Amino acid sequence: MRASQIKPILFTLCLLPFASLTFGIIQNDLGPNPVEAALHATGEWSLRLLLITLTMTPLRRMLGQPWPIQLRRMLGLFTFFYASLHFTIWLWVDQAFSWANIINDITERPYITVGFMAWLLLLVLAGTSNHYSIKRLGKSWKSLHRAVYVAAIFGVLHFIWLVKADWLEPLIYALILTILLAVRLFFRKKPQSWSIKHA
Amino acid sequence: MLIRRRPSHPIQPSAITQPETFAQRRQLLKAAMATGIGLSTNLAHALVKPQGDGTLIPNRIDTPHGDGLTLTAYENITRYNNFYEFGTGKRDPFRYAHTLQTRPWVVKVDGECEAPGEIGIEDILRHIPQEERIYRFRCVEAWAMNVPWNGFSLMTLLKRFKPTSKAKYVAFETLFDPEQMPGQKRSVLDWPYREGLRMDEAMHPLTMLATGVYGTELPNQNGAPLRLVVPWKYGFKSIKSIVHIRFTDKMPGTTWQQMAPDEYGFYANVNPQVDHPRWSQQQHRMLGDSFFARKQDTLMFNGYAEAVADLYRGMDLHQFY
Repeated sequence: MRASQIKPILFTLCLLPFASLTFGIIQNDLGPNPVEAALHATGEWSLRLLLITLTMTPLRRMLGQPWPIQLRRMLGLFTFFYASLHFTIWLWVDQAFSWANIINDITERPYITVGFMAWLLLLVLAGTSNHYSIKRLGKSWKSLHRAVYVAAIFGVLHFIWLVKADWLEPLIYALILTILLAVRLFFRKKPQSWSIKHA
Repeated sequence: MLIRRRPSHPIQPSAITQPETFAQRRQLLKAAMATGIGLSTNLAHALVKPQGDGTLIPNRIDTPHGDGLTLTAYENITRYNNFYEFGTGKRDPFRYAHTLQTRPWVVKVDGECEAPGEIGIEDILRHIPQEERIYRFRCVEAWAMNVPWNGFSLMTLLKRFKPTSKAKYVAFETLFDPEQMPGQKRSVLDWPYREGLRMDEAMHPLTMLATGVYGTELPNQNGAPLRLVVPWKYGFKSIKSIVHIRFTDKMPGTTWQQMAPDEYGFYANVNPQVDHPRWSQQQHRMLGDSFFARKQDTLMFNGYAEAVADLYRGMDLHQFY
């Protein structure tokens, strides 16, 4: 399999939630509370795409093929795209740009604080995802982009802390993230076992 | 560029009843009262047009409650519910509540009263006049709706059981039956769902037991066949599918208050000045509003301050939230 074959399909797939949301808004078909529906959809797709992005490195190791890593940046940028939609809908439609309330929420309400910090981290990562930044930052690029783990932890915390009683769904995200992080720690201790086969 | 300024006044022009219409209704009510002619026949035009597949509520009586409020659509009232007994998603109760059997249905009333006993839903529908009252409903999650309920003042039922002077509070319980309420198979909440009111809150004329919505019997997802409606409190106080009412001398434990005491109080009065720790309560969104519609300002006691503020005179509402 080659990345160039998968990319256009994956790109289209990643746009589907956005398309469905746009149609939903235009046709007023998002249910009785459309703002909440849009916030939930964009928030959940940010988290899903972030976890899928984090699956690419272990997948490369397991398959011994380069294509997962060649999809990683696109998936990361889509994560940022949905996180930005999420943040924009909150600022604009939900909070109506009332800055006093927005600043109060970001500073006083922990789930919003971590959500905002996750978005800030993603902003930095998206902004330094181009070839120019990779070249320019050299070795420190890799350390900088490890911040994606912090963003993922903050993103999952954001979800856990906003739930009222039923933690099942956010805990599934937490479990998947834990596995993805554990895999990295495990292989870090045994660097040999990373590259399994080069068929 | 045109900048539309919103008036600080919370009532939308569309929500205001024309004075002539209002006067007409008052005159009709007076005339009906004076002549003693059946209200239902004379005022049928003032009742809402029945919606939904449920059985019609017999002999609905019109009341002036909620004159001028714009009604939330039946579909929005019945497809967006918090009823964790059928799942924690907002649409879950609409999808899954069909497993609930609402006949026969008996409510047990006991505790500090002279005449403890039971009453069946058929008796309630047959013998207690069913009023139509349009109330604001404000959820603690900062969404709201305007609902035409059918039912009667809770005190009408409570008085039949002759509460004693030791009755300081009233405790309510929802049915517990995981076969009928599959959400109870997971311990998301401490089942059965429990709520409570202080005696004076329970005996307040605004406090209502609802049997219907939009002129037909409550759909299961809205708490069939009998639910509480306390319009000046957050929605979670308005306990659904009640099977047990108990008079007590001590403040009863209530489900959400016990689950997260720093977030949900026993009183749970709608109060824009006291935030939920995780979100502001100053505004809310009306169900059915379009994506770009503005939020509305939440009113003290959900707009019922004139009728209920006296119940809480001298109490620090930041402490007793």
